[in-house]
Amino acid sequence: MLRIPCPHCGERDETEFHYGGEAGVDYPAEPAALDDVAWAEYLFVRADPADWFTERWCHVSACRQWFTIDRHTVSDEVRA
Amino acid sequence: MKPAPRLPEHPPRLWKDAEPRKAYDVVIVGGGGHGLATAYHLAADHGITNVAVVEKGWLAGGNMARNTTIIRSNYLWDASAGIYEHALGLWETLEERLGTTVMFDQRGVLNLAHNLSDVREGKRRVNANQLNGIDAHWLTPAEVGKLAPVLDVSERPRHPVHGATFQPRAGIAKHDYVAWGYARAAYELGVDLVSDCEVTGFTQTGGRVTSVSTTRGEISAGTVVLCAAGHSAVLAEKLGVRLPVQSHPLQALVSELLEQVLDTVVMSNAVHVYVSQAHKGELVMGAGVDPHIGYGRRGSFHVVEEQMAAAVELFPIFARAHVLRTWAGIVDVTPDASPIVGPLDAAGDNVWINCGWGTGGFKATPGIGDVFADSVAHGRAHDLVAPYALERFTTGRLIDEHGAAAVAH
Ligand SMILES: Cc1cc2nc3c(=O)[nH]c(=O)nc-3n(C[C@H](O)[C@H](O)[C@H](O)COP(=O)(O)OP(=O)(O)OC[C@H]3O[C@@H](n4cnc5c(N)ncnc54)[C@H](O)[C@@H]3O)c2cc1C
Repeated sequence: MLRIPCPHCGERDETEFHYGGEAGVDYPAEPAALDDVAWAEYLFVRADPADWFTERWCHVSACRQWFTIDRHTVSDEVRA
Repeated sequence: MKPAPRLPEHPPRLWKDAEPRKAYDVVIVGGGGHGLATAYHLAADHGITNVAVVEKGWLAGGNMARNTTIIRSNYLWDASAGIYEHALGLWETLEERLGTTVMFDQRGVLNLAHNLSDVREGKRRVNANQLNGIDAHWLTPAEVGKLAPVLDVSERPRHPVHGATFQPRAGIAKHDYVAWGYARAAYELGVDLVSDCEVTGFTQTGGRVTSVSTTRGEISAGTVVLCAAGHSAVLAEKLGVRLPVQSHPLQALVSELLEQVLDTVVMSNAVHVYVSQAHKGELVMGAGVDPHIGYGRRGSFHVVEEQMAAAVELFPIFARAHVLRTWAGIVDVTPDASPIVGPLDAAGDNVWINCGWGTGGFKATPGIGDVFADSVAHGRAHDLVAPYALERFTTGRLIDEHGAAAVAH
């Protein structure tokens, strides 16, 4: 079980959270300007490193806020 | 209840680990089921024997050692019917082909429906399967109860059984015997099996990958074939390619040995559990992936807890069983729950990739070994793998198998 540090409520069990995947994937500023390759990249491709990873979580069972943490995907060590 | 087949004796040493040579015609990265089956078919069907399978751990110690061995072909779309049914056909003759026992046991697979949308989706899949010549049936709750008497098909459970799809030719096999069978057959045909040899990088020159760096030295390669399952994204990144793949922990568990009470496989997407009883008697159970990505080969306990709660709801007598052992593998999940197979042009003209089988690639092992080797040998994608090209994410020709593959493996 991961322990996730919510910036508003403190560290809680993973079961209180919803996972949001890679952080910093912004909706394209000009979607119509994207070609198929760039659009596919935005829709389908996310980083998948065996390393430190910056990711989104939502504290659905409490404050319902989205936030970002760093987690090592091999050791599961978390940095708020 | 059918009597359980008798376990054969443990086989003697089947192959000798090779010292890697300086160069090979084909270097296969990843010694799981897919890498070994591909090597076997390259050698057996295409006369390409100057082949190395390089494996970072011990042979077939990745997902091949960790899966719950469910074999079926009742997926929704035509492309899936093509590859999974081809594989199922090969499973039916695999023992003769490899000359080893693999304990393929066609005990049938039930996919339970617990609500109206499950029923609709299940019937749609049965119809689609029948149009593709795949044995698929829709069963009423009473018929389900006959096949699996320990399953509670009354209205009592929180998620009552409203029916199920049933594929009689589906079943299970002994995963280690399958891997060892392919390894021995490939070894006898001259393939080098190199374990304890991690690929750490690639040399790309002139639009080709000319050599592979490993923890046991540099190996030149005519063709490079990636079969690294849960580490595909990490390897592709070393080749400068970002794959639409996310690597998740996937867990399974077994109970202690029990008397035979279940002689078919039962899966439920809605309540997130599936169960079969192994030949020795342990209940083998699995569920869906852990939601987050991870390479630690361990999942969270709450996933196991939820899966057990669902199992006990469906099978009240399982409340008395004990969990003996849980484990996890790392599975490479794609956005449409279908694999990625084909040339990896962005990495080089001589690079092929086979990945993205996620939670369900064991069943494909004989089929993909056959057609992937055929593709590599002829330098073009075999008809059965062509739909699985990486380009489908750009063209939009996705093969969405979430209904057939979300929890069911
Ligand atoms: C718990 C669990 C249950 C499952 N249940 C089922 C099921 O019931 N039915 C089904 O069909 N499928 C199931 N699967 C999925 C199935 O196991 C996989 O899809 C399939 O095994 C993948 O192909 P493979 O056998 O080649 O993979 P693997 O056995 O994982 O082989 C890949 C190999 O590549 C090696 N490798 C990785 N990186 C490197 C590197 N850099 N250098 C050298 N070698 C490397 C790994 O060590 C590994 O041995 C399950 C998986 C898990 C984890």
